[in-house]
Amino acid sequence: MSDDRPNGAAGAGGSREVAVVAFAQSDHVRRADGLSEAEMLLPVVREVLDRTGLDTERLGFVCSGSSDYLAGRPFSFTMALDAVGAWPPVSESHVEMDGAWALYEAWVKLLTGEADTALVYSWGKSSGGDLPEVLTRTLDPYYLAPLWPDSVAVAGLQTRALLDAGITDERELAGVAARSRNAAAANPRAQLRSSPPPEELLADDYLAEPLRRHDLPPVTDGAAAVVLAAGDTARELCARPAWIRGMDHRIEAHSPGVRDLTDSPSTRLAAERAGLFDEGAPAPDTAELHAPFTAQEVILRRALRLGEDTVVNPSGGALAANPVMAAGLIRIGEAADRVLRGTSRRAVAHATSGPWLQHNLVAVVEADEAASAPGTDGGADAAQAREESR
Amino acid sequence: MSSTGKEPVAVVGVGQTRHAAARRDVSLAGLVREAALRALEDAGADWADIDAVVIGKAPDFFEGVMRPELYLADALGAVGKPMLRVHTAGSVGGSTALVAANLVAARVHRTVLTLAFEKQSESNAMWGLSLPVPFQQPLLAGAGGFFAPHVRAYMRRTGAPDHIGAVVACKDRRNALKNPYAHLHEEDITLEKVRSSPMLWDPIRYAETCPSSDGACAMVLTDRTGAGRAPGPAAWVHGGAMRSEPTLFAGKDAVSPRAGSDCAADVYRQAGITDPRREIDAVEMYVPFSWYEPMWLENLGFAEPGEGWRLTESGATALDGDLPVNPSGGVLSTNPIGASGMLRFAEAALQVRGRAGEHQVKDARTALGHAYGGGSQFFSMWLVGDRPPAG
Repeated sequence: MSDDRPNGAAGAGGSREVAVVAFAQSDHVRRADGLSEAEMLLPVVREVLDRTGLDTERLGFVCSGSSDYLAGRPFSFTMALDAVGAWPPVSESHVEMDGAWALYEAWVKLLTGEADTALVYSWGKSSGGDLPEVLTRTLDPYYLAPLWPDSVAVAGLQTRALLDAGITDERELAGVAARSRNAAAANPRAQLRSSPPPEELLADDYLAEPLRRHDLPPVTDGAAAVVLAAGDTARELCARPAWIRGMDHRIEAHSPGVRDLTDSPSTRLAAERAGLFDEGAPAPDTAELHAPFTAQEVILRRALRLGEDTVVNPSGGALAANPVMAAGLIRIGEAADRVLRGTSRRAVAHATSGPWLQHNLVAVVEADEAASAPGTDGGADAAQAREESR
Repeated sequence: MSSTGKEPVAVVGVGQTRHAAARRDVSLAGLVREAALRALEDAGADWADIDAVVIGKAPDFFEGVMRPELYLADALGAVGKPMLRVHTAGSVGGSTALVAANLVAARVHRTVLTLAFEKQSESNAMWGLSLPVPFQQPLLAGAGGFFAPHVRAYMRRTGAPDHIGAVVACKDRRNALKNPYAHLHEEDITLEKVRSSPMLWDPIRYAETCPSSDGACAMVLTDRTGAGRAPGPAAWVHGGAMRSEPTLFAGKDAVSPRAGSDCAADVYRQAGITDPRREIDAVEMYVPFSWYEPMWLENLGFAEPGEGWRLTESGATALDGDLPVNPSGGVLSTNPIGASGMLRFAEAALQVRGRAGEHQVKDARTALGHAYGGGSQFFSMWLVGDRPPAG
């Protein structure tokens, strides 16, 4: 029974193709004071439904991702359902995970043929508590959580391991921070949209050695929504569907003591399953990586074998806006949005969950075959994508 | 919306823990492994045979572990595999099974381990369910405070006599005596004892409410090939669906929510069921408060509106009746919240596999598993049979 499909994701569901056909996100801010979760979600849900002309009754499936621990109360997702207007009743599910995994569940639902369209949404309102402290509760409750290592300390360990291994240096990490936040100048939704040059960043004191403030993501309130559609429905709903060519996710061991914190084998395996390394496939022109801490981008680039041909995080990534539980979905949305707008032909999106990049999801999104037919100049698109990010 | 081309999904392994008010003998990891190992053993499978793991539970607050799939990845043999964590309130155990089933149906994976759990002794679920949130209707003290008015509304709407709830409680607790895994084994339960137990949330008495349990339930789901290799009989999924509606809105029917009847109708359509009362041999439905049996009998189409209580009163829903409901003892006898829905799905599977032991319904060939959650707003159901679906 163990023989999984040779290409677990891309070969699934026979020949059914599924695409992202719309993406929207909120303005990402430090505090969305005065807005409930449902109020934060309503505009982005409205935006993707308006753009596709869909309404609640026509949606085949609805799936969301969030965490009660951010809201500080159980069943916090139930009230968020109000943003959907779930009447008449909808076929609906929820994962207590980043919205990227809600998108994965919806993708599987579409592959079964039980639905032709799906609304996926997620949100994170981190301002209600002390986020680094809250995230200590994700750790092993018997051996790690009682020590209360916050998310900054956890990331510090991983960064230290990477520095000690000689894989990166503090100058490169400052470069990641500066490049990401300067790229976000082109992203009006982002929270941090500029950065001093790396040299200036390196003059700062350590916040938690070896981390300086620029190595950390901001604390963000924000929401995002995506519409998926299958086959001809996708083509009817938008001009340039962002086809999900493959998607896979893998989890690693939880304890840092049994892991190599400088590597991400789960990302590599998920990417392989998603078809990123398929023979003859061109390198992605765009990568949206869910790397809340600067060192994690270095690990992910290596795991995904990204080179000079790939623009990384033209949106600014999680270093520019990090609504926990939505930041992974936003990576898929940002990658797909570039395909939808015609500025990317092949993009890779990544989402992560847990401490030390424990759980990773990789999706490969592509423009229609037609876009790469002889005569069209894909090179120009890729060049434009690179230009955008500068 | 054609369902052609879907891979048939088979349940080849079922496992559950011994359920108790407090399983102080095991950690969270120990609890989930107890159920998972039993499911693997039943399926004649090993960890290496599992391609992906899908877990579910109710709020993370109940154990104080945020996104527990991260910590449980090792215990559930998920390292290097995909792992998902579903949360759809009380319906989550059912939803989790359906998400796992879809991975097989879509041919993303061949064999999937699905598991749901709750270790309620780690916290106080009653107060965990009493939401002190501004601008929201308070749930009063626990879920019973929320559901009691709906039960009263049902009684007024149908003219059901007062003792029906006690009939259900007595029946389910007696059924639980035949289920070695059940939390409550009340040897001396009588109708009179239920009717004289303290009134908690009028009209719901103490003996008509579900317990708080520690427990887990697991299933191994696989495709046609996997079912062929399994040592025991399979339960085949003939239909599965989820439906949700908002918590509160003008015009909501809290007694018989449309999301529930829509969900059942979808499942029956997929399975080709036109007369559920005659065509379904056993039902495991989510009855956390006794009166929900007659209420769901109507909502699920087993009785005409207003007639559910008569079906219960007639004895039709007893283990020896013609429509046994909760032969396992149900949620009234065992309630690890997040696992309660999956227990319904798994017990339905055990019935059609002929593996339900002392609480086996004779010749059960078609069984319904049902779960609900939130403010009677989230529903998940599946219908399983002893033969593969046609086609």
